[in-house]
Amino acid sequence: MDTDVALAHRLARDIDAAFPALVAAHQDRLFTIAFRLLGERRDAEEVAQDALVRAFRAMHDYPKNRVAALRLRPWLASIAVNLARNRRRRIEDRHPPTSLEPLVDAGYDPAADGRGSPGTAADRRETQRELAAALLRLTPAVRSAIVLRHVDGLSVREVAEALGRPEGTVKAQVHRGLRELRAILESSPQPAVRATEPTARAARLVPALEAVR
Amino acid sequence: MTVLARSDTALESALADLRVEAPASVGFSALVDAGLADRYASIDTPLGAVFVAWNGRGVSWVAPATDPPAFEDRFRTTLGRDIAPADELPARLASAIARRLDGDRRVRIPLDLRGHTPFEVAVWTKALEIPRGEVRPYGWIAAEIGKPKAVRAVGTALAHNPVPLVVPCHRVVRSDGMIGQYSMGGPDAKRRMLAAEGLDTRVLETEAAAGIRFIGSDTTHIVCHPTCRDARRVTARHRIPFTSLSAAASAGYRPCLHCRPVSLASAA
Repeated sequence: MDTDVALAHRLARDIDAAFPALVAAHQDRLFTIAFRLLGERRDAEEVAQDALVRAFRAMHDYPKNRVAALRLRPWLASIAVNLARNRRRRIEDRHPPTSLEPLVDAGYDPAADGRGSPGTAADRRETQRELAAALLRLTPAVRSAIVLRHVDGLSVREVAEALGRPEGTVKAQVHRGLRELRAILESSPQPAVRATEPTARAARLVPALEAVR
Repeated sequence: MTVLARSDTALESALADLRVEAPASVGFSALVDAGLADRYASIDTPLGAVFVAWNGRGVSWVAPATDPPAFEDRFRTTLGRDIAPADELPARLASAIARRLDGDRRVRIPLDLRGHTPFEVAVWTKALEIPRGEVRPYGWIAAEIGKPKAVRAVGTALAHNPVPLVVPCHRVVRSDGMIGQYSMGGPDAKRRMLAAEGLDTRVLETEAAAGIRFIGSDTTHIVCHPTCRDARRVTARHRIPFTSLSAAASAGYRPCLHCRPVSLASAA
């Protein structure tokens, strides 16, 4: 992206002066990536903030020509994905995946409120809720490929760069991800449970969820 | 949902629709961590409520808690960075400041002193060595940092201390022993702060007015700054006042190794 090339050059010249522009340009997408990978807003906020700060510190330490040559979109995405992965592992260590919070969280999108006519907004919110929940049922590797390719909108080449995987692998994972999402959505309504494989305990929670409705 | 399931295109555009806006705090917090913006909160001190500003590099600014917009304006104009209020200081920072105000000189508090000269930083660092409840003259700082003639510059540097209380510039007084100026509310605030640290400022100023600059003990033949903890242990009977270090030297007194009194003959 041309604007990112210009921004990388400005960062190389004077990182303190140019960094606020990087924050303004990338905070929403880094938050989105973290949110769609993790399903929880609080975790996503911390990951996005941390990713920006780590990028700042790394660029401080890099030689100027390396900063100027950075492809910011995939580079920043890779930082966010790595931080999200570490955080997901910590979360799973802390409390095994039985919580229902991500379901509520993943579907809640204040930005969607009040857009379009009331009926359309509600439909759209419902679609987003189901799709976000379905994303969380993909395996982490497939999920990260899908989120970077189709939510964030990186090219296959950029996703491959961000995830450190061959382009062929990314293509296959994106393909598989779309197929699995479709399968999940076709078998809905069936609540997704969490960012990991369903467990026996989670499966027991499904009827409880249905009852709440 | 079957609508989405029907085609990859519909599914892909629905995925693109999952983009959300980051809460404003995300970007601002990143700027704070990077030291490109600051937050502030108020703490209680012997001088009343005080605003402390900080960023990822450390404490950047301390000022009396006036009305927030005026404080923020002054911060932005002076430091050229954005600032936003926080509910409270980070817990570790709050307890470190509390411990330092209680006289713990070992506690480390990171400071953001970008944009200041090495001379200013040397002056402030030296002021940190003055124990709670004691004072030293500007000339002492000048001598200790190896610039014995820069007494006025020391005074100026202390007046520009961006982090008063955290760097205890209130413990530095005029070389004639009088209390001197203070950025946190003038001489009265300085007296209040020193009194809160257990120093009797009336005695300090009375003795200074009488020309007393040093106190010796006729049992140890050691001469100190009047507020040095060693000088304050000397009983009235053995307490010998001196108007200059040379007078003390010719009476056979040697300088205290703790407060390291220096000749202030040339000092302003």
